Amino acid sequence: MISVGAQVTTRGKRGRKRSPRPIEVQFRTIVSPHQLNSRWGRRIYWIVLAAVLLLFTLAFVFPLYWMVTGALKTPEELAQMPPTLFPADPTPDAFFEAWDLFDIGTLLLNTGYYSLGGWIVCMAVDVSAAYALSKLRPMFGNVILGMMLATLMIPAMVVLIPLYVTVVDLGLLNSPWALWLPAAANGFNIFLLKRFFDSIPRELIEAAQIDGAGAVRTLRSVVLPISRPILGVVSIFTIVTSFKDFVWPLLVMTDSDKMTISVGLSQTAGAVTQNQVMGGLLITSIPMIIVFFIFQRHIMAGLTAGSIKG
Amino acid sequence: MQILRRNLTAYGFLCAALACFTVFAWYPMVREFILSFQKTDLINEPIWVGLDNFVTAFRDPAFGEAWLNTLEFTFLALVCGYAVPFVVALVLNELRHARAYLRFVVYLPVMLPPIVAVLLFRWFYDPGPGLFNQVLDVFGLPPLAWLDSSSTALISLVIVSTWMNMGSATLIYLAALQNIPPELYEAAELDGAGIWKRIRHVTIPQTRLILLLMLMLQIVATMQVFIEPYMLTGGGPENATVTVAYLMFQNAFTLQDYGSAGALGMMLMIVLLVFAAFQLRLTREDKA
Repeated sequence: MISVGAQVTTRGKRGRKRSPRPIEVQFRTIVSPHQLNSRWGRRIYWIVLAAVLLLFTLAFVFPLYWMVTGALKTPEELAQMPPTLFPADPTPDAFFEAWDLFDIGTLLLNTGYYSLGGWIVCMAVDVSAAYALSKLRPMFGNVILGMMLATLMIPAMVVLIPLYVTVVDLGLLNSPWALWLPAAANGFNIFLLKRFFDSIPRELIEAAQIDGAGAVRTLRSVVLPISRPILGVVSIFTIVTSFKDFVWPLLVMTDSDKMTISVGLSQTAGAVTQNQVMGGLLITSIPMIIVFFIFQRHIMAGLTAGSIKG
Repeated sequence: MQILRRNLTAYGFLCAALACFTVFAWYPMVREFILSFQKTDLINEPIWVGLDNFVTAFRDPAFGEAWLNTLEFTFLALVCGYAVPFVVALVLNELRHARAYLRFVVYLPVMLPPIVAVLLFRWFYDPGPGLFNQVLDVFGLPPLAWLDSSSTALISLVIVSTWMNMGSATLIYLAALQNIPPELYEAAELDGAGIWKRIRHVTIPQTRLILLLMLMLQIVATMQVFIEPYMLTGGGPENATVTVAYLMFQNAFTLQDYGSAGALGMMLMIVLLVFAAFQLRLTREDKA
């Protein structure tokens, strides 16, 4: 305690004469710490930092700010030129109007139901497949994995039409299974899970087997608890992807009471006032932004771990 | 006996995945091939027509334009969506403050559903009270027609696309940059290399594989561009934003001509598979 106080007073005494605090460097990058802390280096650094902060905020936060305030404005104020930076008389009316006009309650419920159901189906299918390929090692396992990974090479738009034709043939139009089952056929998830399962030591599995645990029990009480990090990453990505999807639900969920929120919005956007559209957009983005706030670390870790070595 | 039992359990675990893949991944690939040689409207019995679908697709007046637009879009999207994130990642990696904020903010648009980004930008592009023209006005510049003029429509689509997708590329590059051993920079500095030379001789060679991989990935992704023209321009004005994927969608779901859509899909697939094959080779090299 005393030493802290002492430090503060010595700093205070030196006051303005003190040379500017050096920029701390934890890891070395292109610019050397020495250069960075030279007189000019420091000046340039602060200028660049300020410019980047300003530019990023303008480019990525301002559009969202504009969306939120747009939703809070009246249609007259929204059409006004030049536009106002702050809503003169902020009113949440547009949200409630949008809520009723788009029937957003139903759309959100649908989307939530498809995302959660898709997550359950996807995890059940992919985890058991990855477990079989990694730990039970069946005959032709590598061939199967190879064929699953090969599907990643086929661009999604290219198989859109044959996939649609297949779904029509099976009579799955407007059934949630049309969203869930194709999403479960995800070679990338299986690959990520298998790679993680491969890293679980053999001894653990063998110990469980000696204790008389069958394959299901081993999966449930040994493999799954250890694999929580990767399960988390795969779960978040599955849910986020299905929430964001547009083209596929547009094709297969055509009944207006079964649409997802993205599709519902696109259908009604032309028929309502702009501030109501903004209200709808805001409501649509909020779930994903909340997910991002909560799972930021996982999402970013998953992004860099996953997508490079695909 | 034991081997048999192990295999049976394994295939028990695998059967759901095998069924999903067979019906919704492997079979559609075969179906795509079959479809492109058939005339079908999904109601009547399909008729085999040989190469007719390809001929129809070629004869479509929008065919050439769709390919040109797709190539142009891919090129512009690479300039914006491939080079810019790398430069941004280089700068971000040098910064010591506000890193978490900047990373968060650049990834924020990636989290938004694409429809939100697209409808938001449709409003910004509005020729009257749209945000972009108002900003131009502040700087004393004349307003642009954005989506309504065939000279600016395509680049307008590229801007939306870049805005909503650049976050993931930036973060991947950033991760790659952080994996470069600092000793290399120190050694380069001792050898008298300036900042540009350090970038050229250390940063770029060290991230070469990821740069190449991302190039392939981005080409494959941008050549399938669909939602932007579908929602923003409807292919117009004067076919200036018709892309191959958009034309394919139109043929199938507006004209109910699944056969010629399938033929277009086949052509796109063949082009994209070349890049996918490159990517596969690079991934192997990456692991080796």
